[in-house]
Amino acid sequence: MKIGVPRESYPGERRVATTPEVASQLMKLGYGVVVQSGAGAAASFSDDAYRDAGCEIVGSTPDVYEHSDIVLKVRAPEGDELSLLRSGQTLISFIWPAQNPDLLKTLTERGVTALAMDSVPRISRAQKMDALSSMANIAGYRAVVEAAQHFGRFFTGQITAAGKIPPAKVLVIGAGVAGLAAIGAAKSMGAIVRAFDTRPEVKEQVESMDAEFLMLDFEEEDGSGEGGYAKVMSKEFIEAEMALFAEQARDVDIIITTALIPGKPAPRLITADMVESMKDGSVIVDLAAEQGGNCELTEPGQVVVKNGVTLIGYTDLPSRLAAQSSQLYGTNLRHLLTDMTPEKDGELVVNMEDEAIRGATICTGGETTWPPPAPKLSAAPKAAKPAAAPVPKPEKKRSTTGPVIAMALGGLALFGLGAVAPPSFMAHFTVFVLACFVGYMVIWNVTAALHTPLMSVTNAISSIIVIGALLQISSTDSLIMWIAGFTVMITSINIAGGFAVTRRMLDMFRK
Amino acid sequence: MNSAGLVTVSYIAATILFILALGGLSNQETARRGNWYGIIGMAIALLATILGVVTQHYTLLIIALLIGGSIGLVLARRVQMTQMPELVAILHSLVGLAAVLVGFANFMDHSTVLTGVEMTIHNIETYLGVLIGAVTFSGSIIAFGKLSGRIGGKPMILPARHWLNLGLLLGAIWFGRGFVLQAAAGGGMVPLVLMTVIALLFGIHMVMAIGGADMPVVVSMLNSYSGWAASATGFMLSNDLLIVTGALVGSSGAILSYIMCRAMNRKFIAVIAGGFGTGGGTVAAGGEVEGEVVPIQPEEAAELLANAKEVMIVPGYGMAVAQAQHTVYEITNVLRQKGINVRFGIHPVAGRMPGHMNVLLAEAKVPYDIVFEMDEINEDFPDVDVSVVIGANDIVNPDAQEKPDSPIAGMPVLEVWKGETTIVLKRSMATGYAGVENPLFFKENTRMLFGDAKDSLDAVLKAL
Repeated sequence: MKIGVPRESYPGERRVATTPEVASQLMKLGYGVVVQSGAGAAASFSDDAYRDAGCEIVGSTPDVYEHSDIVLKVRAPEGDELSLLRSGQTLISFIWPAQNPDLLKTLTERGVTALAMDSVPRISRAQKMDALSSMANIAGYRAVVEAAQHFGRFFTGQITAAGKIPPAKVLVIGAGVAGLAAIGAAKSMGAIVRAFDTRPEVKEQVESMDAEFLMLDFEEEDGSGEGGYAKVMSKEFIEAEMALFAEQARDVDIIITTALIPGKPAPRLITADMVESMKDGSVIVDLAAEQGGNCELTEPGQVVVKNGVTLIGYTDLPSRLAAQSSQLYGTNLRHLLTDMTPEKDGELVVNMEDEAIRGATICTGGETTWPPPAPKLSAAPKAAKPAAAPVPKPEKKRSTTGPVIAMALGGLALFGLGAVAPPSFMAHFTVFVLACFVGYMVIWNVTAALHTPLMSVTNAISSIIVIGALLQISSTDSLIMWIAGFTVMITSINIAGGFAVTRRMLDMFRK
Repeated sequence: MNSAGLVTVSYIAATILFILALGGLSNQETARRGNWYGIIGMAIALLATILGVVTQHYTLLIIALLIGGSIGLVLARRVQMTQMPELVAILHSLVGLAAVLVGFANFMDHSTVLTGVEMTIHNIETYLGVLIGAVTFSGSIIAFGKLSGRIGGKPMILPARHWLNLGLLLGAIWFGRGFVLQAAAGGGMVPLVLMTVIALLFGIHMVMAIGGADMPVVVSMLNSYSGWAASATGFMLSNDLLIVTGALVGSSGAILSYIMCRAMNRKFIAVIAGGFGTGGGTVAAGGEVEGEVVPIQPEEAAELLANAKEVMIVPGYGMAVAQAQHTVYEITNVLRQKGINVRFGIHPVAGRMPGHMNVLLAEAKVPYDIVFEMDEINEDFPDVDVSVVIGANDIVNPDAQEKPDSPIAGMPVLEVWKGETTIVLKRSMATGYAGVENPLFFKENTRMLFGDAKDSLDAVLKAL
């Protein structure tokens, strides 16, 4: 089957759905790859690079659609592009079926099999194809870069000959993937970073990145919703939250908001009053601008200055790091395609039994399959099952059992004999016990690395049993003689073999 | 000249030399000398006995020595280092067989006549020598079969096997009583033969019930038995050299068994009594491990390694199976030339016999001063950038520490997950010997490199 990658038609979109590197990996799955000329130009991937990777380059968007069975895109196709899709073709891109019911309807009617990268379920197994997380990560990073661009000061604190520079204070609201990326980026630039989230379980993640987690002085309320996303909070909670933001706004230099609740407009967290209370030159980056913004004054897609505060409302942050986001997005796509190509023969299989694929598939064969049944697993670790009360094991005296048993086999029986034994036996027995102790002392000194040579050398010397055979070989009884002769033979195998192999091994040990 | 006195003196010399031989193994520098002590001791003992005791049949003696010696040398030269456990097992079986034969020959030899208690003791000694010898013999043969793959590695669990064992033991005791009684009257061959058969069956049954990864314990246990067999023979023949040497070997094997059991946090009895999870229900307690396995390509693995400063390699039996030790050495070389500190962490029960991994690495020319024991390096894992786990599973299972209800709970493990990244080379997601899921594979900082260890490592080496 052939995979087609058209140039993105949306104005200002710089990303591309596959990079030369990803394309070559797709070919390993058995696919052919058709790329529209100039598709990767805005993300700094030239046609030549694609050609070197083995892709076929075609001139126009219709050509790509015509020559491919699977179309990979970043943004959903619109307008004329839709009419290029044909029945039986597969489309994989961001689609947002909830926000674009018309698009979903059109795709269904055209008989297209459409997989929405935004609908990949948030289960651990599907993390590798979670394009939302990849993009959010980039957006979070870029948000800090944008903030730094518009912030007239250092992020890091310094003491210089010209005076002291205080570090910038950054507040990150919403510690999801984007929030954590922003925390990481701001922290590594030297800022003091604080973070807030309604989900208490992220506290640990925030603190692991060396940022301060702001706690609400509020009765426990867990903001974790299904699939690891946040949910709408109670009124009291929101009031307490707003008070906290108002207090922080007066103190911090930069606010990065990433608060989103799935399927809802972005919560209003930063009011006009709060913006007014911020210091002049402060910066707010609103990552929720596309969904209406967390800040009242944000203008989506724009950078505006209000009351001396710069409000950044870009909605295309991932596209502003086009090469990086194309690479991650392309890799997400590749993972999805890998899962959908079980035979690695270039034949796409839409396995509706596979939870990840089922979740992403929004329509196929003229039928709408969205929304999918609720995912079975949450990405968050399951709350520890109440462990079946660990049976308190009585502290047993371990350690000696092994050797005692082993010795017992040879020794205990002899002990019993000792009670009735004649002196000649006791003399031998004394020797035996002493030898056991000598052995014990000596063997504990043997280094673990030489345990194998130890075994082979003890093997060789235990063949001292040959002495027994030698004592018997001179017997006049020919049966005994032959048995003894045979015993001598097998023990000498042991003697020669044991010592020789030990020597061979020891010669190999070198510094 | 008092030839009996000279023989005794020679035996004392041989004894001392044997002790020195074992003592020499305390470190690599003195080990080679130690081996020579052993050889000299054996030569002295043989010469003294041949010159001082043997009176006729020299031709047979020399021929037997020559044939046996040549077979032994050939074996020693030919054996692959990965096959060492098999060789050791088969050699053990020879000691066991020798003990049985010497016992029988001694029993048939009526030239020395004992009476009363001495006779009873002598008969019991004979009986015990044959018993231990026979168990060692058949057990070692089965161990050999299992180690060389001729017999499946899965534990063979017979129903009511504990009762069976008990029955065999009681049978052995019963026949022992019959033997002593009949031997006093000049007979006794029948119970001795029957007991030998029982002992052989017992040895087979015992080792058959033990699974692949418990083999280190079994091999060292058989090592111990071969020593006790020699010792019992020594008692039978009133020969102190045999008693001492047997006791040395016996305690050596016992200590090794103990070390191996401790390394698996298992009771010796539990190992002998059968494999993991046979108690019923314990395996299920491991529960499902949730998370995602992240596969990796050899090229990426190579990149990870090349960018590391501290690399720890944890080899397991899988490395031996895939014969990957030479590639491991070459990778080590390349990395060390780049100034990367490469070390090896060896778990005591890695492989199929004690010290197996050390020998394999030594064979591949890995210098022994970068090969460390678990206890020496376990604390260093937090500083390690990349750990490479080659064909090991249970010995790196975090459940042993984190899950009190896991079947392997409490077993000391190498804490690879504390490092920055772990690369696990594995054929598939199958569980290890203990049948326990390994959450290590699902950890975020773990990367799985699937495939044959040797092929994967070759690809990594190429990429480096």
